[in-house]
Amino acid sequence: MKKHSVKKTNDTVFYIIITLASVSSVFILFGIILSIFSQGLKLFNSYNFLDFITGLNWYPVYDPPDFGILPIIAGSLLITSLTIIIAVPFSIATAVYISEIAKPHEKEILKPVIEVLASIPSVIYGLFGMAVFAPFIQKLLNLKTGFNAFTASIILGIMIIPIISSISEDAINAVPMNLREASYALGATKWETIFKVVLPAAKSGIITSVILGIGRAIGETMVVLMVAGNSAVIPKTIFDSVRPMTSTLASEMGETPVGSTHYYALFAIAAVLFVITLILNFIIGLIRGSLKTRHNN
Amino acid sequence: MVDVLVENLNLWFGNAHILKNIRLDIYDNKVTALIGPSGCGKSTLIRCFNRMNDFIENVKIEGRILIDNEDIYNEKSDVFDLRSRVGMVFQKPNPFPKSIYENLVYGLKIKGIKKKSVLEERAEKSLKQAGLWIEVKDRLHSSAFSLSGGQQQRLCIARALATEPEILLLDEPTSALDPKSSNKIEELLLELKNSVTIIIVTHNFSQAGRVSDYTAFLYLGEIVEYGKTDKLFTVPKDKRTEEFLTGRFG
Repeated sequence: MKKHSVKKTNDTVFYIIITLASVSSVFILFGIILSIFSQGLKLFNSYNFLDFITGLNWYPVYDPPDFGILPIIAGSLLITSLTIIIAVPFSIATAVYISEIAKPHEKEILKPVIEVLASIPSVIYGLFGMAVFAPFIQKLLNLKTGFNAFTASIILGIMIIPIISSISEDAINAVPMNLREASYALGATKWETIFKVVLPAAKSGIITSVILGIGRAIGETMVVLMVAGNSAVIPKTIFDSVRPMTSTLASEMGETPVGSTHYYALFAIAAVLFVITLILNFIIGLIRGSLKTRHNN
Repeated sequence: MVDVLVENLNLWFGNAHILKNIRLDIYDNKVTALIGPSGCGKSTLIRCFNRMNDFIENVKIEGRILIDNEDIYNEKSDVFDLRSRVGMVFQKPNPFPKSIYENLVYGLKIKGIKKKSVLEERAEKSLKQAGLWIEVKDRLHSSAFSLSGGQQQRLCIARALATEPEILLLDEPTSALDPKSSNKIEELLLELKNSVTIIIVTHNFSQAGRVSDYTAFLYLGEIVEYGKTDKLFTVPKDKRTEEFLTGRFG
């Protein structure tokens, strides 16, 4: 009888611990949202929202200061889109190679190599970009500076290849073998089967992987801080220096007086970044949702 | 007339000798059934006719299969052309995650046929052959997954027929279907044999009895007995055939 009640108490304790642990993440999320938005919105007590979003000048310490973030958003968008353009073809080609073409022993080498690529800390990528790759690009293309959107995008691209390729590979592997057989049995070659059956069947998983890659690229801080050149001007070519949202936050937050307009402006940038990543997550949710309903039918 | 000739066919997966000295004449516009217990090699044998075993590593094939007097295992033989002349339907319905129409014209597009009028005409013809036209003619562009299992399998038959093959291979085509859908497919095969030579693997020998003209009984990789279905079922020559048919093994 006594033993039984001890068991029951243990049960209740574990129940409480596990519930608290899982519920706490919800509270943490809402705490972060609340603090970012409450601080960020304070900017608009003293600064026009439209000037903030469409302003061309980011001069936070001038008198009067300018908090126009269009060049910063442009920097983020340029780097993110370049990164995707560079990384997506590579990643999908890698995924196709690993799942459809590689022999088992090649797979055994390739997969761990790509995993290691994913586990390298971003600061090391940044260091490599700063010390080796940027000077190389500068010399190669005869540029004023190697610290620009192009260089940063290549480094970022290498960083997100493992993310996109591993998720795409899962999606490709999930395509049932009997679809490939059906295609071969109708006289298709391997490449026709890959392009006309396998990739279309894996489409939603591949799109999800690309969106996750976009999320990673837009949120990545260290590499762009170290390699993108840090200039808050709207870029005219891909070889201009840029300063994305993340590096603006990272480089300025430490030196900004708490409670100043500049401080609130940085929170407002964080809020914009947060909204963008939230939208990306929402899109992934939509894709997964539509996939589910299609399978249920 | 003999359409397909199998001569001394031997097949190994690694060291396992799966098919042993197979000799088989398959007659034009007839249904030939391959029966036998699980693991006897009947699925492997049917996959030899369109070289679907080529994908398996460590496979070794000796002997010849002549279709229209041409050895399909000859080095010069075009395997992609072969597969559009020898259609195949699999155990489980496997339509592509595309529209009904796109499923039907897949093999034709692969062959380089682009003309819309030809594609549409062939799609309609093959659906009619597969007895599916009336059910789907108003929704050719909806997903093939919106069809029932039996309809999906008939779509797969139509898809295989669209390239106008001379031979249709069916590897246990009704094993994943309910009895009603199975009956429909059996009726279909009896009609189809007027235009195409059919080879069918089946687990179910009453099915073999109903649909086939010739039956080959395979056991441990060998053809134990081959002949007209009614003869083989009523007066089997080999004791093993009799034992299999009376359910003593398999």
